[in-house]
Amino acid sequence: MDIMNKARVKSPWVLHFNCGSCNGCDIEILAALAPRFDVERFGIINIGNPKQADVLLVTGPANRRNFRVLKNLYDQMPETKVVIVVGSCGSTGGVFYNCPNVLGGVDKVVPVDVYVPGCAARPEQIIDGFILGLQKLAEKGKKKVEGR
Amino acid sequence: MNEGTVVNVNTVIPFGPQHPVLPEPVQLRFKFEGERIVDVVPNIGYVHRAVERACELNDYKRNVTLCERICGICNFMHAMAYCESIEMITDTEVPERAKYLRTIWSELGRLQSHLLWLGLFVDSIGFESLFMHLWRDREIVLRLNEKTAGHRIQLSTCTIGGVKKDMDDRLIAEYRSSLAELKKRMDNLAPVFVKDRGVQARLVGKGILPKNKTSLLGAVGPTVRGSGIPQDMRTLGYEAYSYLDFKPVVYDMEDAYSRMLVRIGEIYQSIDLINRALNQMPNGPILQKNTVFPRGTAITRIEQPRGELFYYVAGNGTNKLERCRIRTPTLANIPALVTMLVDHEVADIPPVLLSVDPCVACTER
Repeated sequence: MDIMNKARVKSPWVLHFNCGSCNGCDIEILAALAPRFDVERFGIINIGNPKQADVLLVTGPANRRNFRVLKNLYDQMPETKVVIVVGSCGSTGGVFYNCPNVLGGVDKVVPVDVYVPGCAARPEQIIDGFILGLQKLAEKGKKKVEGR
Repeated sequence: MNEGTVVNVNTVIPFGPQHPVLPEPVQLRFKFEGERIVDVVPNIGYVHRAVERACELNDYKRNVTLCERICGICNFMHAMAYCESIEMITDTEVPERAKYLRTIWSELGRLQSHLLWLGLFVDSIGFESLFMHLWRDREIVLRLNEKTAGHRIQLSTCTIGGVKKDMDDRLIAEYRSSLAELKKRMDNLAPVFVKDRGVQARLVGKGILPKNKTSLLGAVGPTVRGSGIPQDMRTLGYEAYSYLDFKPVVYDMEDAYSRMLVRIGEIYQSIDLINRALNQMPNGPILQKNTVFPRGTAITRIEQPRGELFYYVAGNGTNKLERCRIRTPTLANIPALVTMLVDHEVADIPPVLLSVDPCVACTER
């Protein structure tokens, strides 16, 4: 296992994008960063720059206006990345399934690795999703090294 | 070009839709002259889901769930405003105890919203340790939510004709002790906001909204209460507010600092209101089932943490609504925000922007 891969899993940098959610999941993500749940102990930092991020954390359903922004952000992230979707509406459309401007889940726009259900998803679930996502990140990195 | 001519270069800097300061996608295009902002063009619609149209497609009872998901921060108040409008046009009389419970939970929502906002606000001026303190204390309110309804954010207790959950004596005692604890912690933290010179240097005189301009710009909520205008929908006395001797918190410095003081005052006020409501709450039923379909039109105005929330509902005697119009406070505050930001420098954008407490999910629906 090469050093890059090891470091990436030990300290993943997260890009958080609100893709039309109700804020419920977003404040739970922030609550997960706050002292009671404290995901920073896993080395996870929330940053704003897609070019430095390993994990894309998306909340909310994709709609006709913002799917381009979401796609742009995904494309700008360097390879070996995972996408974690937080919340029911991001996974399938949820309560917004019949809203005229909603395309549906985030997986209609970008490939998704981990779905975290819940409306709003609890911080424990989000942490659980993170751990699953990091396993996938390690697998992806390993495949990339072997393929080289 | 002649030599020696100073060229005044106008720079346009887009802020968003994805930006670390705001967790929500909104774009503001800033036009700069040197370091000074001369113009701001807001560009919204990234969170637009067409909820108003979906309200016409769904059964009117299911809309309570949908309206609750318009905004995760003030979810209970959205559901409450929708239920109040439907109750008006179906002649449903809400029991007294349900009115008190609704008041208590909407104040609880205001508490967690203001604590959340204060945290984000001080984080925007670089005071990260205070952010952590506030978000730790906010967990007290979320734990109360969890004990009441089994969920931290979406209470989902409001329904047409009353509420779905009741409070027993044990829970009421829990509320009292938790709120006393929260008040103690706020007593520790509030002086930092009010007296800290670093905070004052970043906020005093920033984002000025003159008192005589507020009605012209149509601003609402703590934004105008920070400019000395006692405009608060709770004075209309909806639900149980008429029994609680409510008076709005007003400061008149007209700047971002003043708006922060209003919200700190409202945290204490909400704790008081909840305690008073818990003392006065009568016993009795909590739900009055409604049996008729909505017919006619109704208007509801309630006070959200960010200002006035307006619901207009039109029913035609079937199980689908004809129209559901929602006007949210942040939309009303955008013209005021644009005026506030002009003449500031780049570093002042985050605190001034956050001083109106923008909630984009509400705005665009």
